[in-house]
Amino acid sequence: MGPVYDGLAHVLTSPEDLVPALALALLAGLRGADYGRRALFALPAAWLLGTLSGLTAAAASTGALGAAFWFLLLGGLVVADAKLSLRTMTVLSALLGLVHGYLNGSGMGLSVSAIVAALGLAAAVFVLVVLVAALVVRLQAHWARIAVRVGGSWIAASGLLMLGWVVRGT
Amino acid sequence: MAVLATFCAQSAFAHVGQTTAQGFLTGFLHPISGADHVLAMVAVGLWGAQLGAPAIWVLPVAFPLVMAMGGMLGFLGLPIPGIEYGIAASAIVLGAAVAFEVRPPIVVAALLVGLFAIFHGHAHGTELPPGQSALLYSMGFVIATGCLHAMGIGIGTVHRRSWGQKLLRAAGAGVTAGGVFFMWKAVACGLRGRSRPAPSSGSRLPWAADRPTRTSIRPGWARSTTAWRMS
Repeated sequence: MGPVYDGLAHVLTSPEDLVPALALALLAGLRGADYGRRALFALPAAWLLGTLSGLTAAAASTGALGAAFWFLLLGGLVVADAKLSLRTMTVLSALLGLVHGYLNGSGMGLSVSAIVAALGLAAAVFVLVVLVAALVVRLQAHWARIAVRVGGSWIAASGLLMLGWVVRGT
Repeated sequence: MAVLATFCAQSAFAHVGQTTAQGFLTGFLHPISGADHVLAMVAVGLWGAQLGAPAIWVLPVAFPLVMAMGGMLGFLGLPIPGIEYGIAASAIVLGAAVAFEVRPPIVVAALLVGLFAIFHGHAHGTELPPGQSALLYSMGFVIATGCLHAMGIGIGTVHRRSWGQKLLRAAGAGVTAGGVFFMWKAVACGLRGRSRPAPSSGSRLPWAADRPTRTSIRPGWARSTTAWRMS
């Protein structure tokens, strides 16, 4: 379907990319509209930048350890409903976007198709954060916010299990 | 003919078990395909609903996190003695807690639930079929566990009504009875020298007839979906 859709589909079909972005959107939504807006622009911009900077690099991977780190960190922050500052949220968004974007971009090779695919990646992340963060910001009922935190515990639990795999593999 | 063909079509299983999605499905089916797991996890939700806030959300948050630690131990191949006894005991104790409407301090309730979660997690962790994605398997069984808790909480909302309280206690007694049955089976298997009941035994629900047990496990990251594909 073309490189744009390759980029879109990659995020949506790769749990290693999708779940941390989802967790960040949940966290931003829990903290409020300002945080949501910050994540909304910082994450896709960093993801695009990371992808473009990785285009000329050889294929790289942080493997399971990197995925476990982000699952545990972001899932744990959602469970704790952590009161982060806006600056910390920006740094988290930028780091997540840069790292995952770089990993996505590495090995793709510098070409027009790859640049277009990078736009698809960033667009998918943008839409994901818009939808999820906006939905969570609107949640006022106590039980609904608790449900979001329970979702965070699922993400953190998955991260713990991945950590088990990392330790087992070494 | 076209309508008939559409509605009578069967799934194709030419490459069954060889996809990343299969890892998620296997993980998702694992907790819900064993009646012993189902009873205990629904009981966690029932007890949480009975105890009210904050237990109603502390228990379902604590359970998957501690279960993941148990799963890690299983992945690492670290043995925990008496897994089947622990799983059966979880149904007995949690069912009894609902039946007798036990109201311990929240810390005690969380510790109790956490202790049993280790047994359930270990059982899940040791049963990843070879060649499937560990990430998706893990996500599948964590999500299925959460859904079972949510089901328990949903059923437990009847506690708000007077007749519902009696119904809930009866459900707790039913869970305990189920736990006693599984304990009896575990003891019988133990006496015969098997560490775990066979898949064809009664503890497995009908759709789990071919569920693997105690297979050798290896990391499934080779099947991870991170590999980039460009058309």
